[in-house]
Amino acid sequence: MTEILETEAEANTRRRAQVRNSLSRRNRAEQRFKLLGLGSVLAAMAFVAVLFGNILTNGLPAFWQYNVDAEVYFDPEVINVPDVPVHQAGQSEADFQAEMLGWQRRLAMVNWNRILVASVEGALAEAGADTEIDARSAQSIIDSGARFVLRDMVLADPAIIGERREMQLLLSADGDNWAKGKLSRDLPDDRQQLSRPARDAIDRLEEAGIVHRAFAWHIFTNVDSRSSPASAGLAGAFVGSFYMMLVVILLAVPIGVSSAIYLEEFAPKNPFTDLIEVNINNLAAVPSIVFGLLGAAVFINIFHLPLSAPVVGGLVLTLMTLPTVIIATRSALRAVPPSLRQAALGIGASKTQMVFHHVLPVTYPGILTASILGVAQALGETAPLLLIGMNAFVANVPATPMDQSAALPVQIYLWQGNENRNFFEERTFAAIIVLLALMIVLNALAIWLRGRLERKA
Amino acid sequence: MNATSDTSPMGANRIVPSAPASSAGAESRISARDVTVHYGEKQAIFGVSMDVPEKSVTAFIGPSGCGKSTFLRCFNRMNDTIEGCRVGGEITIDGEDIHDPALDVVELRARVGMVFQKPNPFPKSIYDNIAYGPRIHGLVKSKAETDALVESSLKKAGLWKEVSDRLDQPGTGLSGGQQQRLCIARTIATGPEVILMDEPCSALDPIATSIVEDLIHELREQYTIIIVTHSMQQAARVSQKTAFFHLGKLIEYGETEQIFVNPKEKQTEAYITGRIG
Repeated sequence: MTEILETEAEANTRRRAQVRNSLSRRNRAEQRFKLLGLGSVLAAMAFVAVLFGNILTNGLPAFWQYNVDAEVYFDPEVINVPDVPVHQAGQSEADFQAEMLGWQRRLAMVNWNRILVASVEGALAEAGADTEIDARSAQSIIDSGARFVLRDMVLADPAIIGERREMQLLLSADGDNWAKGKLSRDLPDDRQQLSRPARDAIDRLEEAGIVHRAFAWHIFTNVDSRSSPASAGLAGAFVGSFYMMLVVILLAVPIGVSSAIYLEEFAPKNPFTDLIEVNINNLAAVPSIVFGLLGAAVFINIFHLPLSAPVVGGLVLTLMTLPTVIIATRSALRAVPPSLRQAALGIGASKTQMVFHHVLPVTYPGILTASILGVAQALGETAPLLLIGMNAFVANVPATPMDQSAALPVQIYLWQGNENRNFFEERTFAAIIVLLALMIVLNALAIWLRGRLERKA
Repeated sequence: MNATSDTSPMGANRIVPSAPASSAGAESRISARDVTVHYGEKQAIFGVSMDVPEKSVTAFIGPSGCGKSTFLRCFNRMNDTIEGCRVGGEITIDGEDIHDPALDVVELRARVGMVFQKPNPFPKSIYDNIAYGPRIHGLVKSKAETDALVESSLKKAGLWKEVSDRLDQPGTGLSGGQQQRLCIARTIATGPEVILMDEPCSALDPIATSIVEDLIHELREQYTIIIVTHSMQQAARVSQKTAFFHLGKLIEYGETEQIFVNPKEKQTEAYITGRIG
């Protein structure tokens, strides 16, 4: 008897030891898995950090560009135009308009560069620099867009002719590069983009504090420009993308949510609806460029909608976003507990009342998040826009969605392909920062709205 | 919620079309004839016929999967909502066939309310939980009427004292037993003639269960109640008539006392003595 008891005690001890052994093995496996997971998270975060670090270090300098503080003399000898026409008594409206146009044409033909050159010379004199500068070099320092700024000032107020104004003139792309130290000072003259007098002038002016950095608001207010890259901006692309988002929100969200509600709540389950479901899932995986081809074939070739127009871009992006919205909305609807549906039906609610009074309110957070993420995805989409002509150079802010326009992601694509790499690389990153900031704002909005609606529910 | 309605639940009685005045307790208004239910290929109910007496509690008992809940759901056509479920036979309420195409299922469910196994209040305020049904059925016109109806319904469900000061708070924040009574109050608010209860106490603790049972006892005076229960003690405590189901068939149906004291069928006896189920 005692023998058996002893064996039982021994067996217990052995079992405990076995369990302990296996326990330490299990703990080790758990530890390994945890470390692996932590490692992947850290690796992913490191990638994101590198990405953002790279984008920010490359792009942020573009938001501060060099300017010359110069006195601009609106020299009447250079701006050799007659007085602004006034509407004479007895003159017909058409005649007056023709006269006005003629005046404006005269104004456009003024040699504004001479005024700019004089301003640069003045600034150099102010800096006390003894360097002589030829007109060509002086002209190459200032962004050529300044000509239009001066012209517009005279157009707005012709009385300015003969007066002097303190102005901040934007440095040209080459001048900005030189001032930022992006052009090597060791290169021989024949390989420099700016002439020696121009480079010297910038250096002198910077020493005197006349050339200095300022925040480049024009990145947000100007449209794209090829002739004066230093003043190229994102306004057109921004408005174009805004119109496209508007089209996507107005079409993809209502159509997507309604089809999801119909398919999930009302449609009979039969082979036909199964086919629709399979197709929707497949559409979500179709490469976006194919949607661009479809848009070119249908919206432009058949419906003759204008090329490069945000309305077409919006329609194409709508097609692309629809499957995402439908799938996400359906899964949100499916997640509603059946007890809630039973409660509504049991009390005598009709199916429509059940859906709209009880099921939808609890799915709003999910539907909303899905919609915003879908829209954000559409905002960043580039490939389909290339096929409907949105990669055209458009230097206009579109007044309506039917006008030709640029789009933010396409603007990035165009700028990164610009031949003036030295200047536009920075600019491209700046545009990426703007796009990413928009995305982050949209995502934050989704998270905030979700939290708000969930608290309410 | 004003003081006048506090003292007169008449407000609700005026609005709610409650059961007709006839007080003949044993009169049968609900009758099922040869009811069958199929889930796809599988038959769940085999030709069940019974008459349910008015203003009394009828309990359905039987082992799990015997079809008692399925049969219960025939009375307000909740089976319609289940994919692939077909109901045959005839069920009449006041002589009206509930499967008559002319009868809207919404109207039927306003007359035949249902309380579910798991308390399922709407994720809305307590007030809106009660007011929702009457609103969609157009039973209330003004805010005052709604207030009165909410109050009288909560009083009938014995919940008024506990929640009268927090009607604007979510119904999902109540305890399990309170939630179930809220669901009963919600059902009462639409003025049903029949209340179906599908294991209403299975998710509740013994104290909450006894409160709900007392409530069922009181409601019997106004409503025809059919209750599905797993607990034979509960059936014995609350019901006047009991039906025993087994494998989709109605085995025995009679006075509760007779079923439990002197069952006629062998299977019934086996079940109530714990040998099957």
